[in-house]
Amino acid sequence: MERSEIVIALAGNPNAGKTTLFNQITGARQHVGNYPGVTVEKKEGYTTVNGKTVKIIDLPGTYSLSATSLEEKIARDFIIHEKPDVVVDVVDASNLERNLYLAVQLFELDVPVVIALNMTDVARNRGIRIDVKKLSELLRVPIVPTVGTKGKGVDVLLKTAVERAEKPFSGGIKIPYGNDLEAAIQRISHLLKSRGWILPGYDAYWLAMKFLEGDEDVLKKMKASFSEGFDALEKEVDAEKRHLQELLGDDPAILFADRRYGFISGACAEAVRLSPEARHTISDKIDAVVTNRVLGLPIFLLLMYLVFQLTFTVGAPPMDWIDAGFGWLGEFVSGLWPPGSESALKSLLVDGIIAGVGGVVIFLPNILLLFLAIAVLEDSGYMARAAFIMDRLMHKIGLHGKSFIPLLLGFGCTIPAVMATRTIENERDRLTTILVSPLMSCGARLPIYALIIPAFFAPKWQGPMLWTIYTIGIVMAILLAKLLRAKVFRGETAPFVMELPPYHMPTLKGVLIHMWERGYLFLKKAGTVILGVSVLLWAITSYPKPESFPERIRTQEAAVEEAYKKSVTDIADALRVPNPEKLVEILKEEASPDALGGKGRLFLETVAEIRKITSGFTARTEVLDEDSPAYAEAVKNRNESFETLRKKAPGAFELARQYVESAEADYQKGLAELDNLRAAYAFDYSIAGRIGNLLEPIMRPLGFNKKLATPMIGAIAAKEVFVAQLGIVYAVGEADEESGTLREKLQKEYSPLTAFCIMLFLLISMPCIATFAVVKRETNSWKWPLVQAFGLTGLAYVLTLIVYQVGKLWI
Amino acid sequence: MSLSDVPTGEKVRLVDVMAGRGLKMRLAAMGLLPGIEITMAQNGGAGPVVIYVRNGKMILGRGAARKVKVKIF
Ligand SMILES: Nc1nc2c(ncn2[C@@H]2O[C@H](COP(=O)(O)OP(=O)(O)O)[C@@H](O)[C@H]2O)c(=O)[nH]1
Ligand SMILES: [Mg+2]
Repeated sequence: MERSEIVIALAGNPNAGKTTLFNQITGARQHVGNYPGVTVEKKEGYTTVNGKTVKIIDLPGTYSLSATSLEEKIARDFIIHEKPDVVVDVVDASNLERNLYLAVQLFELDVPVVIALNMTDVARNRGIRIDVKKLSELLRVPIVPTVGTKGKGVDVLLKTAVERAEKPFSGGIKIPYGNDLEAAIQRISHLLKSRGWILPGYDAYWLAMKFLEGDEDVLKKMKASFSEGFDALEKEVDAEKRHLQELLGDDPAILFADRRYGFISGACAEAVRLSPEARHTISDKIDAVVTNRVLGLPIFLLLMYLVFQLTFTVGAPPMDWIDAGFGWLGEFVSGLWPPGSESALKSLLVDGIIAGVGGVVIFLPNILLLFLAIAVLEDSGYMARAAFIMDRLMHKIGLHGKSFIPLLLGFGCTIPAVMATRTIENERDRLTTILVSPLMSCGARLPIYALIIPAFFAPKWQGPMLWTIYTIGIVMAILLAKLLRAKVFRGETAPFVMELPPYHMPTLKGVLIHMWERGYLFLKKAGTVILGVSVLLWAITSYPKPESFPERIRTQEAAVEEAYKKSVTDIADALRVPNPEKLVEILKEEASPDALGGKGRLFLETVAEIRKITSGFTARTEVLDEDSPAYAEAVKNRNESFETLRKKAPGAFELARQYVESAEADYQKGLAELDNLRAAYAFDYSIAGRIGNLLEPIMRPLGFNKKLATPMIGAIAAKEVFVAQLGIVYAVGEADEESGTLREKLQKEYSPLTAFCIMLFLLISMPCIATFAVVKRETNSWKWPLVQAFGLTGLAYVLTLIVYQVGKLWI
Repeated sequence: MSLSDVPTGEKVRLVDVMAGRGLKMRLAAMGLLPGIEITMAQNGGAGPVVIYVRNGKMILGRGAARKVKVKIF
């Protein structure tokens, strides 16, 4: 069978360095499957060797191939069904015996294997000397020493793997299981062969071994394909098992493991030399501090604090740049239309797409930094220590340390968190962890807090406020987990068993790739889901448009115009201009000033001067404190300018000043008020407003008005859409171009209590639709995602209701 | 005695894992089989223990450690 491309699968224990090698080999030529919809998260990459395309697949990390966890099942099924040309088993040289256990199981799968003996640098530092040639002879596989982080040996590894793939494969080494076990395997294997019970792609000897091991996955598959007479076969297998148990004193599954380890120990005894002080390594010294009974927890909390600090402080400047960029883009696009135009396309582009997508993309720096920190913690090996430290606490809520890692990942994104629960073998523990994981406030909720907190809380309270929100999430998760374990998923906590990998210096490249993957997914979401949702939300916020406004608004319009006309008429009388109507038109810039005589012109010029002085004064004092000397200085300058002007034309000056400071100012204020009234009316008239009106009775008790209703619905698509939609609600029908930022508008409309309630509700209520999909996939049922969505929304409602109603009494 | 009673720094040999099939198999896959040498790396009296097995480091929850029967060298 000649294939145009060579397929290499990378297998190995977690933390053996698979991904590092994968990145070294493929560089930028790689691709990660997106979570929702894709059944398996698969990393694929390409490289070229001797003009041939080589496809590399990074399989999930596993300790064995017994298919007790989802990862093991995925890895095993991939090798059996996709039949890669060669499997490269990445082995941690500093922990050889344990890592070779997987290698031995790969040999038994009857695929060509090449061992990448990775972390040889670590092994050397720990005084472990491996005779590679000897080990290779003993195991009868090519072994290539590598240092993933430095790219050492990668070329040789690739060459060796391709050679192995191209050579005909004549089977790997058979582990000596001893006469009794082997005879039993042979008997079962004959039985299977004689009945023709061989699943396509499987090997009879291997199947027989799995029967004796009691491998549930294989048994299930066999039963599905060959149901008739299956019970009889199972009885025979049971008899064999009992026979072996009596003969050798243990369950065959344990016996197999024992023989495999025996084989490995034998090989290692010959090929590996340990220096006596091999154990006292840097890792142990770090562990003595980091997992210390007294220091462990404070160090952990400090690290978490640093992570959040990094996310926010370092993230702030680039966020400003992105904000400015989108602001500029919005203005640029607006500028393509004549001023004052009411084009629907312009509104769609500026108010819908740029405001919506921009409002979300601005949080890219936060997301990148958070994932950067998580990648460093993960790659360095600290995450496993965190699980150790947290195990005692997790035990108190009926979970164990392993649940802690998914929950920690939940601060980044709930989707990888839910997927990471796969390492939890026990179903009850796993479901509990999945159900509470959205309460770990994810990165997508960060934009919401980042928008709201600075608007309502003084700088010194902003940090504590954020901390409070996150803590509420954690406390709720704890309480909920406790409740679930006590009432729904009753039973003992499953045993906690976990490898503690040595510390590694994470590589810049590895961490950056990890960070970029997450950032890319986020941007992709912004470009697809959020873009689509933004357009949709813009449409329902903009349409239908009211054809006319109600009586009360029209009356007020007339009143504002009337008042203005009256003020101008008074001025016209004083100026002795014969035609006040004309003056109104000129002042509104609807007619040319030439129509007025000499005295009128002087007045108009003075008005222009005064406007200039006033706007200059406003621009200068905008950022100043009214008590500051600079402010007093500005006032003095302005008054001097006024004085000069007055001296030139005393009569015109008084009238002009009266016009600018009262008549015109009142008129502008009146118009702005009218615009707000019209915008509010138009919003009520739009679909979004109608939905809001429908929901208002439900939302009111929480302190939410109808403008918050559609963003809250939008948040179900993706949490960060809330920010985008809020931007749209407030941008469509904006009172005027300089009506201030979204934050200022929110500040005017809501109280800090409402602001807090918004955050609280969004923290706890139903997770985003992507999480829903992943929970459905991971639990393989509709029940749990539905329970989660409705349960959390109900909880959010009740809790926010209490906070708002009680809070109102206090404030 | 149980692994959970072994003080930090002590070297022991695994005798048996008195647990259900699931845990027994998982421990076996990680190399915790009868006859293997275990060194206690950290046992704080409560919470999980850290052990060295086959030149690697592992965490065992206290519950699991209690089910691992060992004898001192
Ligand atoms: N010292 C050293 N560290 C390595 C080597 N290979 C990988 N690492 C580090 O080991 C950690 C885990 O590697 P990773 O590729 O994520 O392992 P995976 O879980 O198998 O994908 C990372 O911090 C890597 O930088 C190596 O050969 N030597
Ligand atoms: Mg990896």
